[in-house]
Amino acid sequence: MEAVIAAAVSIVFLGLSYAMILYIVSVGLSVTMGLMGFTNLAHGVFAVAGGYVTLTLMNSHGVPFFAALATAFAVVAAASVILERFLYARLYGASELEQVLFTIGLIFMAVAGAQYVWGPFPQRMQLPDYLRGQISLGFRDFPTYRAFMIVVSLALIALLWFGVERTSFGAQVRAAVDNRRMAQSLGINTGRLFTLTFALGSGLAALGGGLGAEILAIHPAYPIEHLVYFLIVVAVGGLGSLRGPFIAAVLLGVGDTAFKYLVPEFGAFFIYAAMIAVLLWRPAGLFGRG
Amino acid sequence: MNDLALATTALCKNFGALTVAQNIDFRLASGARHALIGPNGAGKTTFINLITGRLAPSSGRIWLAGEDITDLSQAARVKRGLGRTFQINQLFRGLSVLENVTLAVGERAGAAGDMFRFAGSNRAVVEEAYGLLEALRIADDASKLVKELPYGRQRLVEIAIALGLRPKVLLLDEPAAGVPADESAIILEVIDRLPSGIAVLIIEHDMDLVFRFARTITVMVQGTVLVEGAPAEIAADARVREVYLGEGRHG
Amino acid sequence: MLAPNPTVAPVEQLARSHRLRPLELAPWLVAGASFYVFDIYLPLGAQILINVLFALSLDLILGYAGIVTLGHAAFFGVGAYTVGILAVHGGWAEPLTGLIAAGILAGVLGIVTGLVILRTHGLTLLMLTLAVVFMLYEAANKATHITGGADGLQAFAIDPILGLFRFDLFGRTAYLYTLAVLFIAWAFVRLLVHSPFGRSLTGVRENVTRMHAIGAPVRRRLVTAYAISAALAGIAGGLLAQTTQFVGLNTITFERSGEILIMLILGGVGRLYGAFIGPPLFMIAQDTLAKNEPVFWLFYIGLLLVLVVMFARGGVLGLIDTLWAWFVRRRR
Repeated sequence: MEAVIAAAVSIVFLGLSYAMILYIVSVGLSVTMGLMGFTNLAHGVFAVAGGYVTLTLMNSHGVPFFAALATAFAVVAAASVILERFLYARLYGASELEQVLFTIGLIFMAVAGAQYVWGPFPQRMQLPDYLRGQISLGFRDFPTYRAFMIVVSLALIALLWFGVERTSFGAQVRAAVDNRRMAQSLGINTGRLFTLTFALGSGLAALGGGLGAEILAIHPAYPIEHLVYFLIVVAVGGLGSLRGPFIAAVLLGVGDTAFKYLVPEFGAFFIYAAMIAVLLWRPAGLFGRG
Repeated sequence: MNDLALATTALCKNFGALTVAQNIDFRLASGARHALIGPNGAGKTTFINLITGRLAPSSGRIWLAGEDITDLSQAARVKRGLGRTFQINQLFRGLSVLENVTLAVGERAGAAGDMFRFAGSNRAVVEEAYGLLEALRIADDASKLVKELPYGRQRLVEIAIALGLRPKVLLLDEPAAGVPADESAIILEVIDRLPSGIAVLIIEHDMDLVFRFARTITVMVQGTVLVEGAPAEIAADARVREVYLGEGRHG
Repeated sequence: MLAPNPTVAPVEQLARSHRLRPLELAPWLVAGASFYVFDIYLPLGAQILINVLFALSLDLILGYAGIVTLGHAAFFGVGAYTVGILAVHGGWAEPLTGLIAAGILAGVLGIVTGLVILRTHGLTLLMLTLAVVFMLYEAANKATHITGGADGLQAFAIDPILGLFRFDLFGRTAYLYTLAVLFIAWAFVRLLVHSPFGRSLTGVRENVTRMHAIGAPVRRRLVTAYAISAALAGIAGGLLAQTTQFVGLNTITFERSGEILIMLILGGVGRLYGAFIGPPLFMIAQDTLAKNEPVFWLFYIGLLLVLVVMFARGGVLGLIDTLWAWFVRRRR
């Protein structure tokens, strides 16, 4: 019995840390897709870029972990502004197929580029000492790094939700997700709003990539390998929602960890099956409209 | 309800807290010439969408020729003789005018699922479609793509498609809105000449057209029926005047 | 290409629009001539023809019915594994029945998944197509005793075709066999897209709201098309297994779905013959460029996609149309 409880606690703990990363990476995708209706399959590129920046700064230049993460956020957000202004914005009115093709093209270029610069193998993360080893939470020990990830992620999420609920920027985003034309007629500059939201979402993905580098290894094929999981979080959670993807990420993270622990011979099979069942039940996602 | 072409009983539709149709009891007599008017946002198009099955009602029933069609698919309702046009053109913009109407006629004739013959080789279907284009005086444009046509002519294609279904009940959602006088005259003429067996419900803002065409008028406001009656009664109704004058329409 | 002719009634013109034009025979002449001219490249040639068939199957649902899918490799892979598993575990090495089995199994999978997937649209639909491919990949990867897992199914024998034509080392039989299957599939798909059924698929792509309003059973049509397309993709996969006598996990990946999509886009989507132009261009370029520099190849493919979307949305055939229109205007 004790072994069962121990296993369950481990699964929930590991699953939660995985879920946090999934959410932080995907939340920007949910908002930008809800806001702009843009099918952006290349969102994982921003996450892996954040991972590369973080790890390169830490490993080769001895930059502290937090500073490296902050830099990754800034660099990727800035780069995404350029991409958004010069490329994405030209395709906001385009068909879904064109958006899909364009973003697949971006993925391929990013995968090739990453392999050229960093090689085909995953980047190792040199954790700072304070994040190594185990931490005791009273009743048992947990890996410090995972616990740290959960705490930092929750703080970020709290900040994000607070920002969207309480700032005027957040109010503009919510208004534009609800009804873009109405927002425009209220004098909201939706073009600038798109750019800022896109940058914020990309920056968050970069943070997720850097923060989660120990869980989702930073290597060239990252944007393809994890694409389905990011999309599951968004589709099951519901486009344009903040809370929906959080629930979806927790279900996915914990569920995936549980299935892979309990029935490893089936891999991710059950997760896909469960996801299909959810979408049959609610095609617009758990918290989507329509 | 058997003498009625179409009826709704206690029809309701909510989007969350927003009620867009509230307890609508509506009757469309056989062969009716019936107009549905009301200010913008009164729920007229929503009402049409409920009848055709594009939207599912929150509660209430819909009857077509005495049969409860509330749970039928859009396609099944069309098969039973319910045809419509859209307020905003819903056309196959990349196909020719003739093909637009051919698709509708083929669907009605039950030939649209054929796999082992060429679409254009079904002469009966194509010629019927062409006949409709002639009736609507757009046969000259038959081979042009719909997206190449000016808006007014596209409106005529919209009507031709609906007629291709040979409906028993025809719902026209602002057929003449935004149409130049030339095409508008054709539309009026076509509507005037519709076989008397077809029950017609028209949504329209052009009051000249409404009063010329309709023998019954229903006024909707905020998702409910305000009043229904003959044109003379409606014209004299104080509440209707209030709704329209209060809103200060120019249509 | 068909200039409106005022003396021909539109009804007649519509009927004639389905007629076979001489240019439509060009691919077959090229493919036939290639058999003699490029005889040392026949194995590559067979692979190209297989991808033409695969792209053709994709064009049916993407180009005509407007279903954006990233999961088409699921059907290709199921077809390939059907042939491989029958040959390795069932001793069923007869090629024609093997191909039919591949088509049927993939078609059934198309019906089952189509019934689920085609209830949705947009992002959800896209993700479900991806999920199916990833799910089957997991299954093929983990069911090692049946599929050989990561090693795949290797070096199984396939009987001579009709008991007469043995698969030879130079790929002659494989090439002609593939060409014959492709020809039959093309004749079928061409008939299909010109049929009332095919035109109604185009109607769904052009305006699904209107299709509902004219009483079309939209979902049934889409599922039917999806299943037919799946069966054709399965046959393409079966052909790959038979001609290479190998089935690996790479038949059933997102990358393969993406690649065939790219080939189709490159040729031109929704016009039947884009499927004949994209794969040869893509694969010949890949064969010459990618051997030494696979990383650059991926980069250039990505760049090409971005450029096509930005500047040449109709692919090669679209560009030809544009140039032709320009040429005609100049001459006037």
